[in-house]
Amino acid sequence: MTTAAMAGEQTDRAKPATMAQALGRALRDSMAEDPTVHVLGEDVGTLGGVFRITDGLAKEFGEDRCTDTPLAEAGILGAAVGMAMYGLRPVVEMQFDAFAYPAFEQLISHVAKMRNRTGGAMPLPITVRVPYGGGIGGVEHHSDSSEAYYMATPGLHVVTPATVDDAYGLLRASIASDDPVVFLEPKRLYWSKSAWSPEAPVEVEPIGRAVVRRPGRSATLITYGPSLPVCLEAAEAAVEEGWDLEVVDLRSLVPFDDETVAASVRRTGRAVVVHESSGFGGPGGEIAARITERCFHHLEAPVLRVAGFDIPYPPPMLERHHLPGVDRVLDAVARLQWEAES
Amino acid sequence: MTVQELPGAAAYRPTPPPAWKPLTDPAPLLPDPEPYRVLGTDAVADADPELLLRLYAELVRGRRYNAQATALTKQGRLAVYPSSTGQEACEIAAALVLEERDWLFPSYRDTLAAVARGLDPVEALTLLRGDRHTGYDPREHRIAPLCTPLATQLPHAVGLAHAARLKGDDVVALAMVGDGGTSEGDFHEALNFAAVWRAPVVFLVQNNGFAISVPLAKQTAAPSLAHKAVGYGMPGRLVDGNDAAAVHQVLGEAVARARAGGGPTLVEAVTYRMDAHTNADDATRYRGESEVEAWRAHDPIQLLERELTARGLLGEDGIEEARAAAERMAAGLRERMNADAVLDPMDLFAHVYAEQTAQLREQAARLRVELDAEQGQDGTSGAGDGR
Repeated sequence: MTTAAMAGEQTDRAKPATMAQALGRALRDSMAEDPTVHVLGEDVGTLGGVFRITDGLAKEFGEDRCTDTPLAEAGILGAAVGMAMYGLRPVVEMQFDAFAYPAFEQLISHVAKMRNRTGGAMPLPITVRVPYGGGIGGVEHHSDSSEAYYMATPGLHVVTPATVDDAYGLLRASIASDDPVVFLEPKRLYWSKSAWSPEAPVEVEPIGRAVVRRPGRSATLITYGPSLPVCLEAAEAAVEEGWDLEVVDLRSLVPFDDETVAASVRRTGRAVVVHESSGFGGPGGEIAARITERCFHHLEAPVLRVAGFDIPYPPPMLERHHLPGVDRVLDAVARLQWEAES
Repeated sequence: MTVQELPGAAAYRPTPPPAWKPLTDPAPLLPDPEPYRVLGTDAVADADPELLLRLYAELVRGRRYNAQATALTKQGRLAVYPSSTGQEACEIAAALVLEERDWLFPSYRDTLAAVARGLDPVEALTLLRGDRHTGYDPREHRIAPLCTPLATQLPHAVGLAHAARLKGDDVVALAMVGDGGTSEGDFHEALNFAAVWRAPVVFLVQNNGFAISVPLAKQTAAPSLAHKAVGYGMPGRLVDGNDAAAVHQVLGEAVARARAGGGPTLVEAVTYRMDAHTNADDATRYRGESEVEAWRAHDPIQLLERELTARGLLGEDGIEEARAAAERMAAGLRERMNADAVLDPMDLFAHVYAEQTAQLREQAARLRVELDAEQGQDGTSGAGDGR
């Protein structure tokens, strides 16, 4: 990279950017650095993606490196497997959460297992970008939170940023990873910027580390992706009630950072897991169980979950009732106190 | 063909603008109505005698391999074996038509193609023996792992061939699938991608009559599986899958076309699975002996043997030599497969991720304790002593 380009980026980064822009920049920087990085998917070329994440890549790197494919998710991911087998580093876009389901067999039977099936001889460095979650007024099949399906598949990393910095850093790390990564992009945070202005230089964090976004003493909110802003807002609101809440952003669901989570819960003695995907069989159950196993003697209340209802994702005019908001988080926090007093 | 218009339909049905027209003339893409044959026809005059003799030796060896592997299932040395007896011509031609730099994408029944391409006969069987999944390095042999899910390896072949071409490498991928696999969505997506990308791929469908028990007539309503090619904009070729010379020629032309930048071809080889789907299947429930007998008369080895004998290229000595070589292979295979596999259970955690996660390290430690306890109990140092 030239000094001029570096300087240009520094200037660029000094301005607040949206998460969408940070993701696009991560793709561009990865492609510029490594000629084996290829982007493929439906609409990623000329249009620049329906969310414009891949905007300009086809122009800058050519259509062979940023390729509009036929509309077929299994074909896109299956082709990416073959490309990775030949030494490329494909980054696949799935456009919307529920559109990724046709590619599940490729993901589960091949992407996740190729390293294992071949005794380590053939790892697949594939990044699967999946815009996920609700809150943008999408009609059905445009708002699913499918992380539990991915988490249940050994061999995959499952990563989800909640800040602009992490969107850049974690996507860079995912593309550089020699293992397949399902990179879940919280689409309702695509346009977020004011809260988290990127600072230069941006650190590229290794995958698998959670981070404490807000230190606190009375209870821990454990969350990720689209629910992080909800939790931070709830923590601010809870101050009035005398609660000093710690907020942990997982950033990576697989691998799971037991250490950071357990350390926080041991400090605070109380925990609420917050996510918008359905609660039953969802990530919260796994996380609550891990906390209970590790921190049982430190807990002063049961680990609670605040999750989406166990319903198919509702129509947009009703989604606000489904998505866990600040009030529902605060209500859970209040129940922690009741448990403690009883 | 004329289409009857509904009354008043013309009033609201828009006519496509003049710029719209079909991109491809379908006629050259259509397969011939009869499977292409070489053996016993005038076309055999062009066949290379050396190639025919090589095909013959490999066919005999392949038949013996199938018999030996099936016998190993009865001795409990293999968990399962899907025999390709009757289909050896397709298997061998697929292997021999490729250059060393090319890639083969076999399905679970295509062990023979992998072995004919040069893979160690034991390494090719690890999946079916049950000691590990893929017993070889795919990059070293340019053979993808034997694929159990149906047709899912076809998009891989497309992606690999596409990547090779992007890199400027002169590499062709040949992907094998059965008749049942052509009903899968991945078959469609792979062919469509290959045609749109003009990827250097050859798809070989071995139509062996049955998808386990379901006959072709219940699998597709297409005139032939080769006809499916035209919908993707690639040529479809129909070949007698028991005629090794014909399969080799048709695949050879398809590979040459792909290598020259002409794009993919779909080849349907019409053949028959003489054995059951696997040793665990009872084929008498879905097909009669007379049908099997009719195909026995069209045996790929006999077809080639007759041709070679008639042309004075093969005598009793040559036949005996091929059989003896096959026996030596079988004896070696038997001997090596009868050795107990030495496995390290700790390998369960070795190749899940590039670096073990904390969770896997914890689970590995737990297994280590269990293995040590087992060892303490029976006083042996068997499995689990690897590291």
